[in-house]
Amino acid sequence: MTDSYTRFANGGFKPLVKKLGLPQPAILRRHQAGSPLTVGPVLVVSDDASASDADAVTKVLTGWDIDVRRSPELAEREKFGAVVLVLSAVEHPEDVSGAALALGGTLRGLAGNGRVVTLSRAPETGDAPTLAAARAGVEGFVRSLGKELRGGSTANGVQLTGGAAVDSISVIATLRFFLSAKSAYVDGQILPVGPCDGPGEIDWDRPLAGRVAVVTGAARGIGAAIARTMARDGAKVVVVDVPPAGEALSAVANSVHGVALQLDVTAADAADKILAAAKPLGGLDILVHNAGITRDKLLANMKADRWDSVIAVNLASQLRINARLLEAGVEGLRIVSLASTSGIAGNKGQTNYAYSKAGVIGHTAATAPLVAATGGTANAVAPGFIETEMTARIPFATRSVARMLPSLAQGGEPVDIAEAICFLASDAAAGINGRTLRVCGQHMVGK
Amino acid sequence: MASSIPTTREAVIIGGNRIPFARAGKKYVRTSNQDMFTAALEGLVARFGLQGELLGEVVGGAVLKNSRDFNLIRESVLGSSLAPATPAYDLQQACGTGLEAAIAVTNKIKLGQIESAVAGGTDTISDAPIAVGDKLRRALLQANHARSTGDRIKALLPVLGHPKWLAPETPDTGEPRTGLSMGEHQAITTAKWGITREAQDEIALRSHQNLYRAWEEGFFDDLVTPFRGLSRDDNLRGDTSAEKLAKLKPVFGRGLTGDDGAPLPATMTAGNSTPLTDGASAVLFGSRDWAEERNLPVLAKFVDAETAGVDFVHGHEGLLMAPAAAVPRLLARHGLTLEDIDFFEIHEAFAATVLTTLAAWEDEDYCRDELGLPGAFGKVDRSRLNVNGSSLAAGHPFAATGGRIVATAAKLVHAKAAETGKPARALISVCAAGGLGVTALVESA
Repeated sequence: MTDSYTRFANGGFKPLVKKLGLPQPAILRRHQAGSPLTVGPVLVVSDDASASDADAVTKVLTGWDIDVRRSPELAEREKFGAVVLVLSAVEHPEDVSGAALALGGTLRGLAGNGRVVTLSRAPETGDAPTLAAARAGVEGFVRSLGKELRGGSTANGVQLTGGAAVDSISVIATLRFFLSAKSAYVDGQILPVGPCDGPGEIDWDRPLAGRVAVVTGAARGIGAAIARTMARDGAKVVVVDVPPAGEALSAVANSVHGVALQLDVTAADAADKILAAAKPLGGLDILVHNAGITRDKLLANMKADRWDSVIAVNLASQLRINARLLEAGVEGLRIVSLASTSGIAGNKGQTNYAYSKAGVIGHTAATAPLVAATGGTANAVAPGFIETEMTARIPFATRSVARMLPSLAQGGEPVDIAEAICFLASDAAAGINGRTLRVCGQHMVGK
Repeated sequence: MASSIPTTREAVIIGGNRIPFARAGKKYVRTSNQDMFTAALEGLVARFGLQGELLGEVVGGAVLKNSRDFNLIRESVLGSSLAPATPAYDLQQACGTGLEAAIAVTNKIKLGQIESAVAGGTDTISDAPIAVGDKLRRALLQANHARSTGDRIKALLPVLGHPKWLAPETPDTGEPRTGLSMGEHQAITTAKWGITREAQDEIALRSHQNLYRAWEEGFFDDLVTPFRGLSRDDNLRGDTSAEKLAKLKPVFGRGLTGDDGAPLPATMTAGNSTPLTDGASAVLFGSRDWAEERNLPVLAKFVDAETAGVDFVHGHEGLLMAPAAAVPRLLARHGLTLEDIDFFEIHEAFAATVLTTLAAWEDEDYCRDELGLPGAFGKVDRSRLNVNGSSLAAGHPFAATGGRIVATAAKLVHAKAAETGKPARALISVCAAGGLGVTALVESA
């Protein structure tokens, strides 16, 4: 469901749009079963120190039947589908120049919906200032490059933490996610990834096979898309929504061969109801805290019911459910919570909503070590402007501007959020914990 | 007098689903029986993850049916997410339809003929069939069978001379053999037993209060799936009061006289009679093995059932009194008395129906003369009666009521047994047109 301006800018008026300097949103390529990972060959470049890591990455990519190149020469009419910039062993800021400029030289040869992915290490406590600078600099580089790329291409970075090897499971899973069409609306993001004892064999087509997932707020919009994507990836899904949404909820359940649970997540016994519903399917493995509401008002006009209901649904319910699940001894749980770019960059009229969503980012980081103790993870996804029934209620002008703000100059689709969540919920993402991944088409501001 | 019950395996109640019941002519006004029963099935499938499941049988029906709905339940199955190979058939026993469907499928489960089943029912007043009169119908059929245009015109000519033939016949709740409406029949029984207006209003008030409380407590969160924008029974009046009910004018029993010819007070109002309602319900049953293999919950056992009929045509007995005869036979078969029952689910066709049934069981002469019992059958503990509301509050889409009650009863006994650690029993009683009564015994599993 591409918005009307994006259709206009990609139709017969494309040259005019370009000449007038109007925003040029591209038609984003999204995942389809059986389609190739990237739109063309993948170039791997690195600084000298990272050459052996680049070799290891090349080996992994080759194993995925990708046409991997180590030199930037292209045949006529050929374009790169992606460029992977390996900077994992860089020690001095001066050493990045060659690789960065080599990447720059290939950008005109990057296909539409192309990908740039960096592999670098996170600055760690105790790093020498020079090393810290060399590592930290990558983030600014990626965010700026994301703003320069056109035609639906994106730039993202995998940031290795805790000595993770470039070919460790979660690192290559994250690399694969960023290279793929599943990350269509993820742009300008740096995702820290640690080492993990992940699964040896990964079924990339059905990464959630045999898993039992509970998705709250699943009757429509992003929640319904999460349920569908979870089911596509092999999970058995329990969809949850408030009883009055039951008709749409049961339709979603029946479309994904799942189970419908009519439940208000703010209920005191919500966690127990969730556990009971997941039990017949084999027990709870994945919990997606998607249920959320908005009750926008300028703070000067905010009434207690608007503030309190947003906090109760968006934040307090997640905390209560997580606490109860930990208390109940659920092991290996993968929690993914819905944050929002409003919670990062702020949004006028959304002090309550932004408080709740920033709170989600906070509790996700704090929950991570608690669930890690039993082999689980807790992460969050922060959507930007997503085309849903909820955002369709935003006034036309505001909505149109909101679409143009990100680097990709358009709103995202519910499935873009769903893809990120399914990735974070997969076992291959075990090395990602406590993080918030933005899926916002590179919203202008905020880290 | 307890007859021996052949030993069979158990039929268990796994859960239920219905759509909110809607007052006739309101939310479901453009909705057919098939739409509603399919919706009830779809909600049930979603609740228990039955997509693509091949069930042993789906059985149900509707009291008011359009002629195109000759295979209503099968057509609903085909429109659902169940495996298309799931067999189905229609059954009809007036307001006893839903409960009789439950009896039919559980008997098959008990005999080992099937492993799983859905029983239920649906009814709509808003989309009721409208038929043409017999004279017009005959003329139309004759024209249809005619071989030539001339014959066709000849067949239809009489219609032109009789414009009255064109008046449609709408269904009503009148008894074909007496011409009296169900309400008028009950009014006679009500007067015979001397049931007061206040007693009836009290039953109605408690029905609304109990159903409202149950909704507020979330009791129906896993029993009802919203439909067409309705998420609660729209007949429910959580704010009704004895005063409000007392203000309503009587609608049945006006003009009744006593043996002495003196007029009797009319006591039955729109408040203490069920409204015409649209809705559908479905209940999932299985053998215990079938449920356990699928990790499905087992709420209760559908233990046994008993039906009865009474001769109301000659005025010997009240139209809706058959359950009074069925229940003692049912309980006797299991060596039980009314005191052994934890929950009484007595369908509130009218508040007075419940009260005349209870009065009959307490009456020594009646029980001896009419039911062949040695003395009074017993007293129903009112605190165990329709504890989460019944038809006066929820409404009564005829064939859907049985499924509503079975699912509610199963959930009640399950919760009670979990709480006390002891078995809990529910008695279900549904009266029906034609002087019929359908009753059943449900026990925690």
